[in-house]
Amino acid sequence: MANGNGRVGLRERIKEGTDKLWNSQLADSIMRPGSPFKQGYSDSPRNRSYVVMNNVLYHLHPVKVKRHGVKLSYTLCLGGLSFFLFILLTITGIFLMFYYTPTAELAYSDMEALSTNVAFGSLVRNMHRWGAHLMVLSVFLHMSRVFYHGAYKPPREFNWVVGVVLLFLTLFLSFSGYLLPWDQLALWAVTVGSNMAGFSPVIGDQVKFALLAGVEVTGATLLRFYVLHVLAFPFIIVIFMAVHFWRVRKDGGISGPL
Amino acid sequence: MAEIPEDLLRRSAEARAKALGVPVEDVLAEFKGEGPPVEISQPDPEPEPVQEAAPEGSDSEETPEVEATPAEDVAEAIPAEAEIPEESPAAMVAASPGETSSAGAESEPAAAAVATEAPEAPAPPGSNGSSNGSGNGKVASVVSPRPSVPPAGLPEGVRTQRLLTVVKARAIQNVKAEPSDKVNTWPHLMLMEFGALLAITGLLVVMSVIIHSPLLEPANFNATPNPSKAPWYFLGLQELLSYFDPQIAGVMVPLFIGMIGFMMIPYIDKNPSTRPSDRKFAIMLYSVFLAGSATLTIIGVLFRGRGFNWAYPWRDGVFFDDLKDWVNFE
Repeated sequence: MANGNGRVGLRERIKEGTDKLWNSQLADSIMRPGSPFKQGYSDSPRNRSYVVMNNVLYHLHPVKVKRHGVKLSYTLCLGGLSFFLFILLTITGIFLMFYYTPTAELAYSDMEALSTNVAFGSLVRNMHRWGAHLMVLSVFLHMSRVFYHGAYKPPREFNWVVGVVLLFLTLFLSFSGYLLPWDQLALWAVTVGSNMAGFSPVIGDQVKFALLAGVEVTGATLLRFYVLHVLAFPFIIVIFMAVHFWRVRKDGGISGPL
Repeated sequence: MAEIPEDLLRRSAEARAKALGVPVEDVLAEFKGEGPPVEISQPDPEPEPVQEAAPEGSDSEETPEVEATPAEDVAEAIPAEAEIPEESPAAMVAASPGETSSAGAESEPAAAAVATEAPEAPAPPGSNGSSNGSGNGKVASVVSPRPSVPPAGLPEGVRTQRLLTVVKARAIQNVKAEPSDKVNTWPHLMLMEFGALLAITGLLVVMSVIIHSPLLEPANFNATPNPSKAPWYFLGLQELLSYFDPQIAGVMVPLFIGMIGFMMIPYIDKNPSTRPSDRKFAIMLYSVFLAGSATLTIIGVLFRGRGFNWAYPWRDGVFFDDLKDWVNFE
């Protein structure tokens, strides 16, 4: 469109440019055919399906779910909340990793600096800590919910086993993070915890030695717990979570109704 | 039947138009019910059975046979007749991938539906069944020999097969779908999840602003605090430990027995019912576990003071540093 001067205005040019970009092969290739972002969303069964099918994250869900499963009172969203808290903990944890050194000399001063020198450092640390406690709680409550619904019964037996593994991995994640502040609370809580592991029959001392990288908590223990906390356990738990979610779908979606 | 996505409909129309030698638009219009049926004016011989689904009672040993037409018949057949009839299972299978993907949660053995493209000479009976790579009797193969014009550049006698979709055995064998009360994930489930997600984020942020995480004095190996307590989720175990001799009824024993025992629950509990009234014992057992562990943990957190001796929080104070800033935050 030409304006009064017979020249193409800036607004038109920008619109033309964005249209061109929007219709380009690049934009086409990014969005899958039928994507609501591409063709616009109008409420229809087909578009409702496309919303789920065309997004890698939403694709965790089937296109349709049983009606009773949508009720808040059935699941209380506990499994989903556990997963969401895990994501939240990953994000806040990555933030914290930038400001933390896992050595006996620096760990504590880094923690102090985090709450005084770093923007939002205190808030993010609090979120990480309370989020971790909440996750332990929500995973446990999720297990209780599943038990009371009898949702572990065939064909979902194996997914219950995977879920128990996930509960213990959550506990290990939380426990390994407990030492990292390197204050009196952390040191002695982990000492008590690993002493309890030392009471295990036959191999108690070996378990304790492997856990602490020595006979008592030292700087080597700190490094060991740090690597377990930020890398090893998250890696393992993600694998188990993937299996868990996949099996939920493959075993017929949400259980019930009662 | 689900709505057929536009692109699939179009692809199907293109194939049919190619076989019939008519414009794609006509076929598309027919598919959509907007135009007259597309036909070509040629005398057609007797219609031939082009496919056969697996028998209803699936004999696990038998490979489902696919009726193959003799070569002469196929050669004479009019392309239009050899097309998959629209209401046939194969057509439905090909046309409703949305259905199958939404039904994909069931754990039934899959059946493969295979449509052949342009066979010059159909294989003898039986070879079709094996050609989709499954000796499993529960697999029903829907194969349609289509004696249309072979695609250019394909040598004589070469048959190409195309896997249209993999559907669950039940989808083919049980014609009548079981009624199920389902709603769309979007918006019904996902809005709920989004609400829950916002709520927990809000709760966590508010909590984190109000309550600070504890940070005590630097770690000191020479100053053992009294009492020394484990993290709260292990305090129940620590509490147990104060009742039993660790060497006999140590902590790892209940832990391991607990861990393995918990994993074994579905294999021990053979009661198939999920109704609460049918599983009173199981529910009672779990409730006892729940109440017990909650009690032990609360005792461990609040009611244990110096030397892990009994203390009342209102009289002696709380001996749990994790809670320090919960009790007296500013």
